[in-house]
Amino acid sequence: MSYRIIEKRDMVHQVYLMKVLAPDVARAAKPGQFVIIRIDEQSERIPLTIADYNVVEGSVTIIFQEMGKTTKRLAALGAQDELEDFVGPLGTPSEIEKLGTVVLVGGGVGVAPVYPQARAYKAAGNKVISIIGARSENLLILEEEMQASSDELHICTDDGTKGHHGFVTDVLQKMLQNGEHVDRVVAIGPPIMMRAVTGVTKPFGVQTIVSLNPIMIDGTGMCGGCRVSVGGETRFACVDGPEFDGHKVDFNLLMSRLAVYRDEESSSLKKHECKCEGGK
Amino acid sequence: MATRQSMPVQDPAERRKNFNEVALGYTEEQAIAEAARCLQCKDPKCVQGCPVNIDIPAFIASIAESDFDTAIRTVKLTNSLPAVCGRVCPQEVQCEEYCVLAKKGQPIAIGRLERFAADYEISKGVESPQKAKPTGKHVAVVGSGPAGLTAAADLAKAGHSVTIFESLHEPGGVLTYGIPEFRLPKAIVRQEVEYIKQLGADIKVDYIIGRIKTLDELSEDFDAVFLGTGAGLPNFMGIEGENLNGVYSANEFLTRVNLMKAFRFPDYDTPIKRGKKVIVVGGGNVAMDAARCALRLGADEVSIVYRRSEDELPARREEVENAKEEGIIFRLLTNPVRILGDDKMKVKSVECIRMELGEPDASGRRKPVPVKGSEHEVEADTVIIAIGTSPNPIIFSGSKGLKSTSKGTIVVDDSAMSSMPGVCAGGDVVTGAATVISAMGAGKLAAQTINEYLKK
Ligand SMILES: Cc1cc2nc3c(=O)[nH]c(=O)nc-3n(C[C@H](O)[C@H](O)[C@H](O)COP(=O)(O)OP(=O)(O)OC[C@H]3O[C@@H](n4cnc5c(N)ncnc54)[C@H](O)[C@@H]3O)c2cc1C
Ligand SMILES: Cc1cc2nc3c(=O)[nH]c(=O)nc-3n(C[C@H](O)[C@H](O)[C@H](O)COP(=O)(O)OP(=O)(O)OC[C@H]3O[C@@H](n4cnc5c(N)ncnc54)[C@H](O)[C@@H]3O)c2cc1C
Ligand code: SF4
Ligand code: SF4
Ligand code: FES
Repeated sequence: MSYRIIEKRDMVHQVYLMKVLAPDVARAAKPGQFVIIRIDEQSERIPLTIADYNVVEGSVTIIFQEMGKTTKRLAALGAQDELEDFVGPLGTPSEIEKLGTVVLVGGGVGVAPVYPQARAYKAAGNKVISIIGARSENLLILEEEMQASSDELHICTDDGTKGHHGFVTDVLQKMLQNGEHVDRVVAIGPPIMMRAVTGVTKPFGVQTIVSLNPIMIDGTGMCGGCRVSVGGETRFACVDGPEFDGHKVDFNLLMSRLAVYRDEESSSLKKHECKCEGGK
Repeated sequence: MATRQSMPVQDPAERRKNFNEVALGYTEEQAIAEAARCLQCKDPKCVQGCPVNIDIPAFIASIAESDFDTAIRTVKLTNSLPAVCGRVCPQEVQCEEYCVLAKKGQPIAIGRLERFAADYEISKGVESPQKAKPTGKHVAVVGSGPAGLTAAADLAKAGHSVTIFESLHEPGGVLTYGIPEFRLPKAIVRQEVEYIKQLGADIKVDYIIGRIKTLDELSEDFDAVFLGTGAGLPNFMGIEGENLNGVYSANEFLTRVNLMKAFRFPDYDTPIKRGKKVIVVGGGNVAMDAARCALRLGADEVSIVYRRSEDELPARREEVENAKEEGIIFRLLTNPVRILGDDKMKVKSVECIRMELGEPDASGRRKPVPVKGSEHEVEADTVIIAIGTSPNPIIFSGSKGLKSTSKGTIVVDDSAMSSMPGVCAGGDVVTGAATVISAMGAGKLAAQTINEYLKK
């Protein structure tokens, strides 16, 4: 199969938005789900969250950050280029319901998957408070979109160039300490951030949903590579998740499993970069 | 009487370092000599052992007469995947077990002859099949493993318009992602899939039923449906340390190697850990394949840990022999108790316990029981769990009418019809992990049932 890219945009440094024609996926997609893409025959299969979808246009939007070889190669593509595979929608959709007040926490590119949820929670009649963070102002994505779909938006930057000078957890902590009634927290971002968020909410007994990002291959429950430990039980994130009760997740295991191929990944990237430069 | 022709193979010392096919196939002379041994029985028992009913004496007679074109045509009348079956069918418990010559230990090498005929045709270019007259009926086939491909072939031959839906990016099911290159070259699988396409079946890859569409929606869009979704969900043992880095399910390990071509990393992007000391848990074909792949990836030592004795190994005899020749170590009557890791959560060893065979269990096999105090540690940096798989549950997602058993398999009647009218199922998703040929037999039966159903 092949799937045409119809739009590509640089968002901030090393973060890109891409719209891909995949009408079957667009028709079935729901917030919280993801796709697995493969650029070409030699390429790896990598999972990316569905950031948006348009049934009329038949398109699915992904937002991704350059990490290693595959995301760098993806970043080098543009409108009219084609992807060999674009499989989805995968994973169990988020359970969006009317609860009262929902706090959405997004860090880095994690803001991308948070955005469709913000819209969905709002549409379901919740008060939506969003806290989004980045290392620096120029790395912040989807600020306007998040503003439009939240009742309250808090911005944090690690270097203080915009909003609160510090982490998303500082804002959340203060909010809970000030007695804000929160029915649910949804946190998506780097595992470190998600673990920190669950640490903040635990003493307050606030339900906290996280979206886990282990290494995946098939995304259909066939390889078991994406296994995570939740409440002491082994679960397959691609079919049982990717969302889980954050208070029960073993984040140390997740982080160590994410690092399994670090040596191979960096050698693969180095080789790729040499080739690119050699070609110039 | 002449003895059975032996199969030429790659030298073990060489082949343990490459992914090329191990068995090289008969030469013409060998094939003709082997075919000449067949007694051409009036009441050929061998056919009873073939789930897809190949006219075995007829195709063998053609080979004996050097008429290889007729031979392959005869095979293909009932078997659409001969190059696959000739390689991976457990012939010793199928057709060849029934051959009258089996009693003397020298059955006709039916599988090898079938492979010979199929390879002959591939080498000279496969004959395009004639397309059947369209019936105007549309049938969906879910899954492109041997069950789905066989059902699709027979349904297309009957003139129905057939669409195969496959969740992975490449068709073939286990033939593509599970069985390694050195036993079943992927070029052969692709060739066989191409033939099914020429029969008129359309294949949509990247298409997951239960995600893009539910089964209920699919059965509304099509006149009939066949489900051949296999048993792809890997089982784990539930012992301590199973999530450590370096522990793979056989499915993940084999998918990385075969489907994603990790053995060609970094030319292919998907990485795999090339372990030095590898332990594979299990004794079936899957365990043998994983062990032999690990060896080819450069391991110094690969051992199979299996809780029963050699006689009970469920893998094909031939593959056990091949594995031994290549230097795989068999730690029989041994079971893992837990997997131990270092401070970086990486596997460092497996604690095993010795077993002995006790009273026969429900399956009639003697039950292995642990020997107290026999715990011992075996060093390992990679552990591959190959203790079986269960049906993949995604197909049930969002569907109301499909009945399943407590094991997750789909319930069907004698004619392969499920609890949903017009929806048949067969292969591993009905039986649990079994064989290529039984899946094909089920695909055939289901195609017949669907034909009848569509006539109504
Ligand atoms: C359900 C899910 C949703 C995701 N959504 C997004 C998203 O919307 N935007 C985004 O930028 N990233 C997302 N990711 C992460 C993204 O998949 C990885 O960044 C990407 O695979 C890196 O590949 P690479 O070759 O560029 O880098 P590599 O150099 O190969 O890897 C860099 C790091 O990415 C992780 N990684 C590598 N391979 C995989 C793999 N096959 N599956 C998952 N993680 C892997 C590892 O931690 C690795 O150390 C998501 C991951 C998951 C599981
Ligand atoms: C490593 C290994 C070695 C083996 N060796 C042998 C051997 O030597 N001899 C032998 O006879 N047997 C062997 N077997 C067993 C044999 O391969 C299987 O019994 C056989 O492939 C089952 O066929 P199937 O068509 O039922 O399912 P599969 O081959 O499993 O195919 C099912 C297909 O359906 C697809 N699918 C699943 N769910 C969906 C969905 N919801 N939507 C769309 N597609 C879906 C899957 O991706 C897959 O491609 C081996 C198995 C393994 C794993
Ligand atoms: S398909 Fe299998 S069982 Fe049938 S004749 Fe060929 S090898 Fe024997
Ligand atoms: S039973 Fe054996 S000898 Fe007889 S026809 Fe079949 S293959 Fe030939
Ligand atoms: S990615 Fe293979 S089981 Fe989840």
